[in-house]
Amino acid sequence: MAKLSLSISGMHCATCAITIGKVLRKTPGVISAEANYATEKAQIEYNPAQTTLEKIFQVISSLGYQVNPADDAKTREIATLGQKFVVSALVALLALWGSVPGLMLTAPALLRDYLFLMLLTSITQFWVGWDFYRTTWAALKNRVANMDTLITLGTSVAYIYSAAVTLKLIPGEPYFDTAATIIALIILGKWLEARARGKTSEAIKKLVQLQPKTARVTRDGQEIDLPISEVVVGDQIRIRPGEKIPIDGQVMSGETSIDESLVTGESIPVYKHSQDLVIGGTLNTSGAIVIKATKIGSQTMLAQIIHMVEQAQASRAPIQKLVDVISGYFVPAVLIIAIVTFAGWYITTGFLPAMLNMVAVLIIACPCALGLATPTALVVGTGLAAQKGILVKDAESLEIAHKVNSIVFDKTGTLTEGKPVVTDIVGGQSVLQLAASLEKNSEHPLAAAIVDAAGKAALKLVQVTKFHSLTGQGVRGIINKTEYLLGRPDKSLPQVEKLESQGKTVVVLSTGEKVVGIIAIADTLRPTAAEAIQLLHQQKIETSLITGDNLRTAAAIAKQVGIKRYFAQVLPADKAEAIKSLRLEGKTVAMVGDGINDAPALSAAHIGIAMASGTDVAMEAAGITLVNKDLTTIATALRLSRSILRTIKTNLFWAFVYNVLLIPAAAFGLLNPMLAAAAMATSSVSVVGNSLLLKRTRLT
Amino acid sequence: MTPDKILVLFGSAGLAGLIYWFFLGKQEKSVAASTNIKITVSGGYSPATVYIPIGKPAKLTFLRTDSNSCLEELIIPDLKISKDLPLNSPVSLILTVNSASVYPWHCAMNMFHGKIVAK
Repeated sequence: MAKLSLSISGMHCATCAITIGKVLRKTPGVISAEANYATEKAQIEYNPAQTTLEKIFQVISSLGYQVNPADDAKTREIATLGQKFVVSALVALLALWGSVPGLMLTAPALLRDYLFLMLLTSITQFWVGWDFYRTTWAALKNRVANMDTLITLGTSVAYIYSAAVTLKLIPGEPYFDTAATIIALIILGKWLEARARGKTSEAIKKLVQLQPKTARVTRDGQEIDLPISEVVVGDQIRIRPGEKIPIDGQVMSGETSIDESLVTGESIPVYKHSQDLVIGGTLNTSGAIVIKATKIGSQTMLAQIIHMVEQAQASRAPIQKLVDVISGYFVPAVLIIAIVTFAGWYITTGFLPAMLNMVAVLIIACPCALGLATPTALVVGTGLAAQKGILVKDAESLEIAHKVNSIVFDKTGTLTEGKPVVTDIVGGQSVLQLAASLEKNSEHPLAAAIVDAAGKAALKLVQVTKFHSLTGQGVRGIINKTEYLLGRPDKSLPQVEKLESQGKTVVVLSTGEKVVGIIAIADTLRPTAAEAIQLLHQQKIETSLITGDNLRTAAAIAKQVGIKRYFAQVLPADKAEAIKSLRLEGKTVAMVGDGINDAPALSAAHIGIAMASGTDVAMEAAGITLVNKDLTTIATALRLSRSILRTIKTNLFWAFVYNVLLIPAAAFGLLNPMLAAAAMATSSVSVVGNSLLLKRTRLT
Repeated sequence: MTPDKILVLFGSAGLAGLIYWFFLGKQEKSVAASTNIKITVSGGYSPATVYIPIGKPAKLTFLRTDSNSCLEELIIPDLKISKDLPLNSPVSLILTVNSASVYPWHCAMNMFHGKIVAK
């Protein structure tokens, strides 16, 4: 019979727990099964001869719930390590009391008895240290060596030598205290490390937990609570104040303020009303709303964020390459160094120093510190970034981001809200009517502004023939037998100059050489634009602006936000060329854009930073995606990338110090095996601890 | 030099050679590419090199039977894949690779290694 406690997610009511229990009990081989909704756990007793764990998992997942065996195993592992540490620490203290010269005089006679010390140390060596033997054997079968191989060898040498002395097979003094202390310290290190490593991935666990489990859906006129997996696109969902938004959607009715901070890092609640998009996992704070589901499953913003963070955490930083090469040869190399140490000391001095120094070499080598140095910093750092609304594509993007010294901002939709409106019309309403008629077929954002303005003025649009769109130049078409051109002004006019110096974009309606009218369009600057530029300047990062507008408009916008350098009249296709010219100046260039219209420019830069629009966050061309609309996040992202890289470098530095300096120190007899064990125990803990310190980074 | 020292000297040299051969002198067997591969995770990965065909989806199933905490995470950096491998619970990946290439994988602490070869 086997007993099992499983952690199960996806239960959304007490009935779910009852169902799981009932179905499991009917499964052949399962003797008893009880699921608990409150603790999200199931206690199962089964006969391993009749069924397998795999089958039990299958039954649970076929009901639509997920088994999280990893959580249970981790908790059990930490608890077992804790118990083993207590036992081994006690044994080590007793062994030291009975062995250390001076101290041993105060010890009871029993502790000074070698045979008793041997029995005591055997508990540590073979019960506490059993896992080391087991994993060493498993690895040897695959012709692989790992950290456990080194510990097994090191402690076994000390133990077997001491046992031989105790059993009077060879002369000398036993070193039971050494074997016992090494294992106690290594177990302490493993215990602390297991606890700390769990904390490194807390950020992503929090994101996963944000996902609501049910939604109140209206079906056939009735409101029912449905599991989130059963919601389909188009479902209408009612959300009351204080409830989480269950899924990405669009507001159908009602208005409210939504706290999006946990998903996007946006600190101020966002006002939402009819037609606005809402994000699943965010908190509805004030009003009751009804939304229509627009995205489900892996398409939701939260699911995309989680996926991106997981991908980034699994990626390899270029800085890691050396470690990858070393790690394949590390343990066999240490074994050979240990043998050379033994031979050298044996030939020059004698057996005892040869054995002790060999043990010290085996114990001091810390392959895990080396292996944990980069990934732990990456996991903590990318998790922290996600909480601030910064999604990093991969470790390589982080490495580039920390070197950025020049940032280019696209104007429309990046520095500005991207919702241009008509501000001035020269030539009367008929100009607007003709312009809107021409523009109704165009997809340009400025076209939408003109058509909108005509709509608001209730102007009737007229028929256009031979419509032609000239990328970056304007549009052309025939209305009432007259050919009109609506586009950039090609000659200087006083009214145009005046409007452009106010930072407005001006389009001119003309028939051949004759100007019929002028329309000025302006786009509101994002509220944080000027502050964001100032923060970047404080970090000694140059800024520039790139726009299709002419020089005067570009200069006016640049001045308003505090940017000194600008590229004006750049056609969309030429933006990438402008970025390349900056790269040729030897700068590490980041391009900030909306990720859709300016994808080529984002790709041309060393790193692309995209401002996510709507609920789409996966942008292929961007190394970093900003989930919220706050431009100051760019400065935060760059500061964070520097902190993460600094942490990775310090981690690698310490890991190399432990291994590159302390292995020779041990080989030359400068390190007692017990001190080596203490250093080894601190190595991985210090690396993980240093990565966790990232959470305290000041980012503003 | 006394005979015991000579013995230690030659014995150590032999042992060092043996260690080099045992851990680093492994010969990889040539195996045909397969679309359904089972990998046992115990004291490393068995098999540690898997061959998958180019352009076809291949299913890799990892089953961890070793409680060593290092092995509980599987990372394939070049494919940006990171998977938790719960004890005794198979975890499957479906991959489609479009060009001949090698994708190394490793455990959480980078101590155990394996690789996917697309051929």
